[in-house]
Amino acid sequence: MFNKQQQQRQHFAMSTYNFDYLDELEAEAIHILREVAGQFEKPALLFSGGKDSITLVRLAEKAFRPGKFPFPLVHIDTGHNFEETITYRDQMVERIGEKLIIGSVQESIDQGKVVEQTGKNASRNALQTVTLLDTIAKYQFDACIGGARRDEEKARAKERIFSVRDEFGQWDPKRQRPELWNIYNGKIHKGENIRVFPISNWTELDVWNYIRREKIDLPSIYFSHERDCITRNGQLMAASPFLNMDSEDIVERKQVRFRTVGDMSCTAAVESDATLIDDIISEISASKISERGARMDDKVSEAAMEDRKKGGYF
Amino acid sequence: MNILKFFTAGSVDDGKSTLIGRLLYDTDSILADQLEALQSSNRKNDDGSIDLAILTDGLRAEREQGITIDVAYKYFQTEKRKFIIADTPGHIQYTRNMVTGASTANLAIILIDARNGVVEQTIRHSYIVSLLGIKHVVVCINKMDMVDYSETVYSAIIEKYKVLAQQLKLADVTYIPVSALKGDNIVQNSGNMDWYEGESLLHFLEKVDTDNLDKSQLARMPVQWVIRPQTEELHDYRGYAGRVLSGTFNLNDKVTVLPSGASSTVEKIEFFDQTPDAAHAGQSVIIHLKDDVDISRGDTIVNASALPQESKLIEADLCWMDSRALDTSIMYNIQHNSKITRCKISEILHKVDINTLEKHAAHEFKLNDIGRVIIKTADALAFDLYDDNRANGSAILVDTRTNLTVGALMFRAAVE
Repeated sequence: MFNKQQQQRQHFAMSTYNFDYLDELEAEAIHILREVAGQFEKPALLFSGGKDSITLVRLAEKAFRPGKFPFPLVHIDTGHNFEETITYRDQMVERIGEKLIIGSVQESIDQGKVVEQTGKNASRNALQTVTLLDTIAKYQFDACIGGARRDEEKARAKERIFSVRDEFGQWDPKRQRPELWNIYNGKIHKGENIRVFPISNWTELDVWNYIRREKIDLPSIYFSHERDCITRNGQLMAASPFLNMDSEDIVERKQVRFRTVGDMSCTAAVESDATLIDDIISEISASKISERGARMDDKVSEAAMEDRKKGGYF
Repeated sequence: MNILKFFTAGSVDDGKSTLIGRLLYDTDSILADQLEALQSSNRKNDDGSIDLAILTDGLRAEREQGITIDVAYKYFQTEKRKFIIADTPGHIQYTRNMVTGASTANLAIILIDARNGVVEQTIRHSYIVSLLGIKHVVVCINKMDMVDYSETVYSAIIEKYKVLAQQLKLADVTYIPVSALKGDNIVQNSGNMDWYEGESLLHFLEKVDTDNLDKSQLARMPVQWVIRPQTEELHDYRGYAGRVLSGTFNLNDKVTVLPSGASSTVEKIEFFDQTPDAAHAGQSVIIHLKDDVDISRGDTIVNASALPQESKLIEADLCWMDSRALDTSIMYNIQHNSKITRCKISEILHKVDINTLEKHAAHEFKLNDIGRVIIKTADALAFDLYDDNRANGSAILVDTRTNLTVGALMFRAAVE
């Protein structure tokens, strides 16, 4: 399967018209990005430094080069990021020459808008919703492009590509607009905004295959490396000052990589020797655990994601 | 490898969610942690086995009520193909959600309960399939285990369905007897129905012609965005960005820009770092023209030798999707590809009773009503008939008071 796809990489150069599944997903995403450019006054691309938003940046290059992006990148920085992610972010912004806006969760805490969680499983994941909504209000963004995919989680499977949020950032699954053919209705009232998900129809494996095909660089934490970890609730967490650790936590050196990149306090590592993209793809293909299986935040209840999205979470 | 997009139609008790769950389960597409979550949920079948239906009901309200309210999209792949399933609700009050799911599908699976045969819902679902011009239909006669896997029952149902298919002009219909609950003929051929000589559902889905993109030769590209870097070295750069809806644009093709009618020639096609000789249906590209013509978002570049229709008066099928009824006295926005303009419904020709397929004179359209109207637009639209070109023959209506998408339109004729 993968060899065949590699052979098809030169699709445009081939005499016969060969539209592979990655080409189709890519063309759809580019179309969606251009609709955002055409329909909104002040869009933004939410950039987390993870593989999905990195993929979005490549798609935006394909949609708008040699022009500039018609939107800035916006990073909601929890302050608990992996250092490698921030380094990657800054180098990438430098390379593409686009504007980066940072919304800081630390600032929201300092301003007293949110309160740091306490306890062993404290995380800033929930706090970032407030910072996100503040950032949207501050810059008056009317559309926020994000890298969420419908295969990630069952509530996301229900979400439209253009997803309307009210002035409180809330998603109401019962009031979704019908979304027909490839026509996206971006009309909103002042104060509302639309979350746009150009890679809704991609799966985790599609993203990896695309990254391989496009030879896109990723933060090093996606690849196998040695790291001090502790085991908590059955998950491997990176030992860091951001994790509330006590004498019961045993720090062990492990060969790990991360399958998804978020806040250090809620993103679990997997043990892995995968140092190349090919290894990662084989590993994911064989894996019996979903990507979200490594996110503590989804394990709170059966409707955890749905509830967070109703509250304005991405 | 390519993608097949399909949707499933069937009412609540026909086992639609179970069928999808079975497809995912038997193709090993459900991961261990998801399976664990399933096992720990309280919904079990009578025999204690996992209730596969809850895999697709992603919302709290759906799990509470045990029904599907909104479309869910599911993904799986085999060695041969990738699949995108739009899991749509079967209830009549969710007709609009079924239309939503069907609008992007190339194949429909219609479930029939073997114990009940062709019922009103079957007619309704089949009508929507025909209205939306879906090329392939698979009729799954489900719950064969409940009728002792009887060939006689199966044959009687398909004889009846064939009459309906003819009436609705469904060209390509395939019949498969299945039990989603037991897994008969879903992924593997069943030993319980030796009389059935066809393929399993999955095998059929793996090899059916996808026809994802309109094969019509009508070259159409609505302009979404004009790329003008306006830098020193790219001072004169002017590229028209869009997705080719249908047909092919080759270098040096003569083109017409609508609505202005200006003529030009394709000078260059760009795709990121590549400059291909042609842009085909489905591809998102940048086109450069030889002449300096005035083009902006909402315009359409078309092949000069195969022009679309242009009209401000269009006969169309309308599916009404809002709880507020159609108001023929007000203006709506019509969105046709990248073009948005004002419009009014100037006449309601008829409404269709989608349970009996009878046409009635009507003065109003309420939620989930489907019928034929004449629409009058402020600016002329450059369109093709839906049957010739799905992508350029469809549009949506937006209520400017609420900004909601209130109608789906399929263009049937230009009114002279």
